[in-house]
Order: sequence, then C-alpha cells, then structure tokens
Amino acid sequence: MTTLPDKTSEMEQAVAEIRDGATVMLGGFGVPGTPFALIRELVRQGKRDLTVIKNDANEQGLGVDHLLAAGLLRKLITTHIGLNPRAVAMLNAGEIEVEFCAQGILAERIRASGAGLSGILTDIGAETELAAGKQIVSVDGRPVLLERALRADVALIHADKADRFGNLAYAATARNFNPMMAMAADLVIVEAEHVLPLGGLAPDQIHTPGPFVDRVVHLQSISEEYGVVQR
Amino acid sequence: MSNAKARMIARAAREIAPGMVVNLGIGLPTKVVDHLPSGFPFCLHSENGMTGIGPSLPAERADRNLIDAGGAYVSPIPGSAFFDSAMSFALVRSGRLDLTMLGAFEVAQNGDLANWKIPGKFSPGAGGAIELAQKARRVVVLTTHTDRAGKPKLVEGCTLPLTALGCVGRIYTDMAVIDVTPEGFALREIAEGLDPDQVIAATGAPLVLPQGDLPTF
Repeated sequence: MTTLPDKTSEMEQAVAEIRDGATVMLGGFGVPGTPFALIRELVRQGKRDLTVIKNDANEQGLGVDHLLAAGLLRKLITTHIGLNPRAVAMLNAGEIEVEFCAQGILAERIRASGAGLSGILTDIGAETELAAGKQIVSVDGRPVLLERALRADVALIHADKADRFGNLAYAATARNFNPMMAMAADLVIVEAEHVLPLGGLAPDQIHTPGPFVDRVVHLQSISEEYGVVQR
Repeated sequence: MSNAKARMIARAAREIAPGMVVNLGIGLPTKVVDHLPSGFPFCLHSENGMTGIGPSLPAERADRNLIDAGGAYVSPIPGSAFFDSAMSFALVRSGRLDLTMLGAFEVAQNGDLANWKIPGKFSPGAGGAIELAQKARRVVVLTTHTDRAGKPKLVEGCTLPLTALGCVGRIYTDMAVIDVTPEGFALREIAEGLDPDQVIAATGAPLVLPQGDLPTF
C-alpha cells in the first residue's frame, strides 16, 4: 500500500517562500478563520508591497491591522473595512488602494479561479457604482457584469484540524472564505490548531481535500488574537 | 432606546411568518428576534455562514469561532448549520432568502435603497448588503423616520450611492409603517399619539393616505 505525502512545515520556512509584492489571500470573517500567526510571521519577515485579499480589515490591533501599521500593504481587495479605523484613514489619505467587492461575489470570484474558471457572470451591483469599469455581457438579452476570477500567489488559511497531507476541517463560522481561498492560490499555507496523523480526519469530515494544500503548519499555541474580543 | 423605536421593532417582528428564511441587518433589525414567541418556527441566516442562529452570548460564555455577521458571539440551536461564504450567498442570490430587514440612509419612493456609503464621510464598503437588497424575496427597511439632523430619510429620489434599485417593499419607522407602491409611499399604520400631518411633514416625498382606518402601533 502507498501512502500520502507529508506536507508539514515550520512556519518560518513556509512564510519565507512568499516574495515581496505578492498577492496574498487571507481567510477569515472578523476574528474566526483569520490566520493570525501566519500574518504575524509575514510582518516579522517584513514582506512588503503586498496585495491582500480578505473579507475585512479585522479590527485595530488584530490581523490585517499589523500589515497596515507596518506599511507592508499596498492594496486591499475586500468587502467591508468599517471596523478598522486605521484602514479607513489610510484609504482616505491615499496610503493604500482599496477595491471593494460585494461579499458573495468576492467569494465566487475566488471560487471561480479555484475551479479553473476565468470569471463569473452576475447581475449583482450591475446598476450601482460597483459596476464602474467592468465589462457588461448580454445573457438572454439581460445585461450582466463579467466579474473576473481572483487568483493569488499565496493563500494563508486557518483550519481547526489538518492531517499531515493537508486535508482540512474548519470550526463553526471560522470556515467562511477559507475553503475557496485554499483552492485559489499557487502556494497554499495552512496553520492548523490540531495536526493529525493520516486517517485522523474521517473522509466524510474533510472540508478541503489535501491536493489543494502545499504546507501545513502546526500552531503550537493559540495567541490571544484568536480569543473572544472583549468589547 | 426610545419607546417609539421599541414599538417599531415589535411591530416589524410581525413581518416574519412561520417557515421563513430571514436575514436581519446589523443594528436595529437584529433586535426583532427578541419579539418572536418562544418556539416560533423560522430560520435565521447570517452572511458569515450560518443558519439556525440562537441567542447571543456574553464574552465569558462565547465560542471564539462562533459569531454572526455583525461580530456578535452567538449560540447554535438544534438544527444549526455552518457553511462557507460562497454557499451563504448562493442561498441569498438563488431565491432561498424570503426576507431581509435592513437599515437605511435613504429610501426613495420607487423603492431604491441607499444604505452603504456617504461620499466623503462614510465609505467602509457594502459587505453583503448589495446581494441582500437585490436578491432577498422581500426587503423591508427599519429606520428612524428622519436622520439625527431631522432630515427625512424617505425621499423622492436617493442622492447617495445606491445599494439596489426598487428593492424596498415596506418601511418600518418610529413614526409609521409605509409601503412602497406604484403610486409612491403609502401610509399603512401610524405610531400611537401621532397624527398624519406629523408624518407628512417628516417625509421627503408625497404620502398616499388610506381611504379608511389608519391603525396605530
């Protein structure tokens, strides 16, 4: 009997593969599912001129905010940054470029590239300012927007459980954008709270199959960034 | 919260019919569930990937992985499901979402909604609002009748960037229940203690008054 390859890696080595100027997808919707440890390592290694694709800009002092504070982020493709005053201020000051996308359309653009497709056709936002600059296609006589597939150089993913091959399972609402992003980048790095031996995840429990994943990093500890936000 | 706002929310809760799949916007709409009787059969949806949403939890009892789209820590209930963001909006866009209740900066008499951007002042991005407004089978708005400066939110035409065109069916405010009809805004119910002239004065577009009774709430 053959076996499946082992993709476990050290965090420092995995993140060292990312180059300056890379386009980086970050999982997460608010706190749940955000790869905080990988983001910290990205900041520690000083990767710069990054284009980040993430649902939101986290809150001040969390996740994406460290990239903003360190001046490492050039462009953000996102749906909503209202909970991070620094992101709003940097946008208004012209210090970062922000491309807003409707939330479900962001998910579909990512999913499309993960599925090897060039884009999607949708009427969402077709009559709003989000349509500006987008190609309009007629389908059955109806005008719809061509929304291009979004691919990244790197996806940083947070999973609850991974096996050594990179089969993944997410916890509760920490799933959000992670499964699509895990399909849509040339280098997919996963941080997992639990790394299990092969067979540790039942085949029916797997949300992302291992062939999409390149590196699996075990989170040795869960920092307070992952914790419940005290408001 | 003012008494009038509380009554608006209680009145809006009657919008939810048994069996519906419902998404409630952040802020006032979220409070609508507090007015549903225990055991009321409906399905609450949250954009971040959950259906079957239980009561929100204080920080000390929260699960760090379990929030709603507004960032509140919530609890699961028997029958809850978790799914990814593509699945979540597939549900919205494909017609499975019966009702959404949203806030508003402006609602026009033709049902146009502006609730995501005030150029130069507030531009955090629309999140999931465009898909909810454009694709929910029914869109109702919960809002104060006027803004903080006393300016009407119900207007002839929106001046702010639109979320979606012609999407709003009904508006619940602290002053009135108003439907969007082919004839424009139609007054259906009025808050107790007000008379129609006060509502007309606070509305930035013509208001069609009912022929017969005007129920209060």
